[in-house]
Amino acid sequence: MERVVRHFQEELEALQGRLLEMGGLAEERVRAAVQGLVSRDISAIDRVLYGDEPINELHVEVDNRCFKLLALHQPMATDLRAIVAAVKINTDLERVGDLAVNIAEAARRYATHPPVKKLIDIPQMGDIAQAMLRDALDSYVRRDTVLAHQVLNEDDRLDGLKTHIFRELLSYMLDDPATVEPALDLILISRHLERIGDHATNVAEDVIFMVSALDVRHHAPNPPV
Amino acid sequence: MNPPARLPRPVVRAATSASPAPAADAPLKIDVEHLSFFYGEKRALEDISIKIQANMVTAFIGPSGCGKSTFLRTLNRMNDIIPGARVEGRVCVDGHDIYGPGVDVVAMRRKVGMVFQKSNPFPKSIFENAAYGIRINRMASGKSELAGRVEESLKQAALWDEVKDRLHESALALSGGQQQRLCIARALAVKPDILLMDEPASALDPIATQRIEELIYQLKTNFTIVIVTHNMQQAARVSDFTAFFWLGRLVEYERTDKMFTNPTEKLTEDYLTGRFG
Repeated sequence: MERVVRHFQEELEALQGRLLEMGGLAEERVRAAVQGLVSRDISAIDRVLYGDEPINELHVEVDNRCFKLLALHQPMATDLRAIVAAVKINTDLERVGDLAVNIAEAARRYATHPPVKKLIDIPQMGDIAQAMLRDALDSYVRRDTVLAHQVLNEDDRLDGLKTHIFRELLSYMLDDPATVEPALDLILISRHLERIGDHATNVAEDVIFMVSALDVRHHAPNPPV
Repeated sequence: MNPPARLPRPVVRAATSASPAPAADAPLKIDVEHLSFFYGEKRALEDISIKIQANMVTAFIGPSGCGKSTFLRTLNRMNDIIPGARVEGRVCVDGHDIYGPGVDVVAMRRKVGMVFQKSNPFPKSIFENAAYGIRINRMASGKSELAGRVEESLKQAALWDEVKDRLHESALALSGGQQQRLCIARALAVKPDILLMDEPASALDPIATQRIEELIYQLKTNFTIVIVTHNMQQAARVSDFTAFFWLGRLVEYERTDKMFTNPTEKLTEDYLTGRFG
């Protein structure tokens, strides 16, 4: 059956393009925030702290696009699921942007103290969280549920690292009370990175729903609608 | 409109012989088995099997010429009058084959009423339109019973409040939406079990359409409703089950909420998302 190229299809592709742009920005800001923390580069941290506006603008724009598509085209089946997924992915990406700001805030405070230790696990968490985001967005573009499932599996690694970081820093704090403040900031940062992984997981779950109509949230594969 | 509450899920087989069966405990109203319909040599409907449940709204959708109206008309033998038309298969209403020998077609049509796309009130008063079926079927013993039946049917069709003070004025003076509701009242007056509706709102403005849709929602408490519509959103809004027809075949028959969010067949998906060439 010949497929008709329609105005709606173009709008849907434009929506996807904007979401990807937003995902790219969010991922970059996570990278920059962690990099700023590691290199103690205040100006780099400040760029993250005060550079949230483009993501916020995209957040509003994507929502408006979705509302317009729903209202004007009353999409059904795959198209309906794609737009509902876009609304949810949009919220997740915006939250990732906010979490990058939270990381930058903690990094700025951390930079005013002597380093507690050489940072190994937090940059690793940053790498994993960014990779999860990237894969989740790739799975969205390619409608790839296998890749989306891989993202879900990665989440456990982040959770494990977060627990490990907490235990390690606890020992530093018990040893030397002067490290309490900076160590707490590192614990906070690990918590933010773990949350970023959760948002990437949400995106992957939305992709699975969009492609196969399967609801895999909360670890229970629910039957399709 | 709220989505239908948890409905039994029909069992659906694959495309050409889609033969969904409602859940075992759901009362069955119409049971069609292997129905084919011919206009002379041309086969317009091909081996259709479908089980329609009582007190539900079932919508037939599909592109023009897919056979949905033809199929609707086989459900009360409205195609009988077409020269050269021929039916194979069975259409059982309450367990009785309406194409079986010795069937009283007039009595059967009293049970299976029909409303058409274009409202077609008789050039008579509002009262006489609603009273027509009751009179010719001698369903009322006196004037007061007749008036009572007319009032009841006009109320069921959500028209009474608008016309009660002018029952003896011409039906043709009513608006399009009111005329259509009068035709629904006329169909309801003879107390059918099933109401077949062929594009009942396609000639109406959005407000009149909304009233008809609201009416359909209310009527399903007492009637089994089958509606043909070009308007997919309308099918989504009013029906509990949806059947998608394509080139004379029943492609998919499903719970409406499932059909419009996650259809099983690729062909249905392509139709619902407008990806037809």
